[in-house]
Amino acid sequence: MVVSTHRPLPPEIRDLQDELEEIARNYGLDFFETIFEVVDYEEMSMLAAFGGFPIRYPHWRFGAEYDELTKGYSYGLQKIYEMVINTDPSYAYLLEANEMVDQKLVIAHVYGHVDFFKNNAWFAHTNRRMLDQMANHAARVNRYIDRFGHERVEEFIDACLSIDDLIDPYSPHIKRSQKAASAVKKSLEARKSESEQPEDGPGRFRSKSYMENFINPPDVLEQEAIARAEKMQQAEANRSFPNEPQRDVLLFLLEHAPLKDWQHDVLSIIRDEAYYFAPQGQTKIMNEGWASYWHTTIMTRHALDPSEFICYAEHHSGTMATSPQRLNPYKLGIELFRDIEERWDKGQFGPEYENCDDIEEKKNWDKQLGLGREKIFEVRRVHNDITFIDTFLTPEFCARHRMFSFAYNNATEYYEIASREFYKIKKQLLDNLTNHGRPLIRVVDGNYGNRGELYLRHDYVGVELKQDYARDTLANLGKLWSRPVHIETVVDDKETILSFDGTNHEMKPK
Amino acid sequence: MTRAIERDLNRFRKIVKGKVRDNLRKYVTHGEMLGRKGREIVSIPVPSIEIPHFRHGQKGSGGVGQGEGEDGQPVGKGQQEGDGQGQAGNEPGRHVREVELTLDELAEMLGDELELPNIEPKGKEAVKSKKDKYNTIRQTGPDSLRHFKRTYKQALKRQISLGSYDVRNPVIVPTRDDERFRSWKSVPEPQANAAIVYMMDVSGSMTDDQKEIVRIESFWIDTWLRKQYDGIQRRYVVHDAIAHEVDEDTFYRTRESGGTRISSAYTKARSIIDRDFPPDEWNIYVFQFSDGDNWGEDNRECLGYLTGNILPACNLFCYGQVESPYGSGDFIRELKKITDKWENMILSEIDNKDAIYDSIKQFLGTGR
Repeated sequence: MVVSTHRPLPPEIRDLQDELEEIARNYGLDFFETIFEVVDYEEMSMLAAFGGFPIRYPHWRFGAEYDELTKGYSYGLQKIYEMVINTDPSYAYLLEANEMVDQKLVIAHVYGHVDFFKNNAWFAHTNRRMLDQMANHAARVNRYIDRFGHERVEEFIDACLSIDDLIDPYSPHIKRSQKAASAVKKSLEARKSESEQPEDGPGRFRSKSYMENFINPPDVLEQEAIARAEKMQQAEANRSFPNEPQRDVLLFLLEHAPLKDWQHDVLSIIRDEAYYFAPQGQTKIMNEGWASYWHTTIMTRHALDPSEFICYAEHHSGTMATSPQRLNPYKLGIELFRDIEERWDKGQFGPEYENCDDIEEKKNWDKQLGLGREKIFEVRRVHNDITFIDTFLTPEFCARHRMFSFAYNNATEYYEIASREFYKIKKQLLDNLTNHGRPLIRVVDGNYGNRGELYLRHDYVGVELKQDYARDTLANLGKLWSRPVHIETVVDDKETILSFDGTNHEMKPK
Repeated sequence: MTRAIERDLNRFRKIVKGKVRDNLRKYVTHGEMLGRKGREIVSIPVPSIEIPHFRHGQKGSGGVGQGEGEDGQPVGKGQQEGDGQGQAGNEPGRHVREVELTLDELAEMLGDELELPNIEPKGKEAVKSKKDKYNTIRQTGPDSLRHFKRTYKQALKRQISLGSYDVRNPVIVPTRDDERFRSWKSVPEPQANAAIVYMMDVSGSMTDDQKEIVRIESFWIDTWLRKQYDGIQRRYVVHDAIAHEVDEDTFYRTRESGGTRISSAYTKARSIIDRDFPPDEWNIYVFQFSDGDNWGEDNRECLGYLTGNILPACNLFCYGQVESPYGSGDFIRELKKITDKWENMILSEIDNKDAIYDSIKQFLGTGR
């Protein structure tokens, strides 16, 4: 199989690319080399189902996703205009059926994304050669399928995927001890070395009896023995529980779950891929906002032909449409970037501005600093969605964009508008963004009750787990751990422990 | 080039079909897809096929939106339990997937599940049905079949050869001799002819529940037999004290009252067979559904007619007795007296909807 189905780009798009690349560069955008490919909708759906990559390991969920995308397209419900992946060089796919003006818009948009991938700090630790890595993963999984059978491998992958969001997206950015960084490698080496214990007793070299004291000095042997004992103790301690609750449940399983070699490898593949995709989830609003900011700038100031104006306006506004139930990340992102640019252009920041009490004066505040452009480039470098919202969402912005928070009403079974207060909106938004709006779960104990059982804790912050999902997920976790698994959470306002022992589910108060 | 995704798509489809297969008993018993009768494809809702994750529930959840509205104004409905991810604020809800299956596929699944043998049509391969195909041209025929193009061509040819065709004023006037008509030829087609005659007791003791059971069961019988024979013919007879031939729709919906005289239905069925389906050319299936309540004196007559006129004529005679709160259910006992002598006669008692599955197996398990 070939990794890329590269075809020569139509000359008119080639020209567009050159033109737009030049413009983007002049604005200071700094991107990887970008390779565009034109694909039909089926190919686009396939790539989208595969998360942007032409080759993934075999799994039915890609098929399910593809089925949904192609159906949605044929019923006219949805359409994917482009797709771009975070690699160096970057690959971007354009839909064949796009009109020229769409292609322009999309190419400009893509350069925004690629600039973001390259420069945003949260992407700094992603593997830029993921295209090869994914193909490599596919080859490995295929090999296991050939050896152990499709059903078995698939069932195991299903179980792994069920918990593939139990990772710690911040961990790649934290330099802990060497141990954490190479933990996966170590756990792999440990498996190998376990089976290769020397025969002569540890640390001792073979020697003639008269040389014994020179070749195997007793004090050295003793020291080694102590070190070994410590190491074993350490290993024993590691086995029983993490020192502090650990968010990277997948890593904990890699280190401590009784997995076969192929299972260990498959789980590490799933974990690698989860970490690769994590920053995209962490920066959705910023990334889309940034790309949209640049496509509008480039289109309206340079690339747009007057005859294309209506078409462009329609498509752009379609992308920016807002709805009461869902915050549009494109819209929120672009407006925040524009707001930041304006504020820093006019100097509407800092203590002097904050402390000004005169509304009228604040409104007309303009120190003509012209720092806006510089500021947004800085913002795109250092922030992620949470810090972005936390730092730059202002009461004025919320009011201007008619933002509100909504909450689920148990009695009516409807989501209802809860508040238009700035503080509450911001809190709700940050809540939704924290851990991608998913429950925070940590490993607390790997030797619960001294019976080798796994004990997780859900950090309850006011929203309970969806029960049926939790039970199924726990069952999948049980498959990996091979011993009973427990999760501490809150059910109906009471602290509860959900357990699964391999056959039965149990629920008891803590 | 086959795309890599085909592999995953096929795998997904297989899983979906597996789900349908696992739940086939449920689908069989509930008449969910009956409304779609007559179409080649049925869509079946399949409970979510997805990978479970730890997720937040609805209680206490919320989000941020944009737009007008007062506090307390609803912005979206919460999702029903089991509907999947329901957080209006975060992710779009997953929809229940509908799988489209052809009736053939469904029949095949049913066949596999129930281990139904394929039917061997009784030795009538030689029987030819004739089909008319409009594939020739004649010089005479009704105006409605006139072939305009051919007629025009013919007239053009004639006028050119006569020299009366004027390029500057190209008016073509066809005469009677120019006219050409579409015509047919009879094409013999080898075919195993099959017919089903359904009989149902609609007397006062048959309630809607019982009729629902009959409906569901005959849908599946239909589906299976249709897979076995091309172009299967169906006839419907309802009876109380007297029998009527009705169309399919009426068959399922009529409700009458009055006494019960099963022999009237048998006579009717036989007359339909004689009229439409000469038994030596047709594979005939007779299904009778009743609550087993018959007018006592009629029983002897029934048995006589059955052994004399119906059983010798058909591949299979099936009697399904649905349990009714009113009927005595005696009739099956009468039939049991003769069932040993006729191996093409099958009796089945259907106590409730759950029994449909097994009853179908009883009926169709013989491969006749």
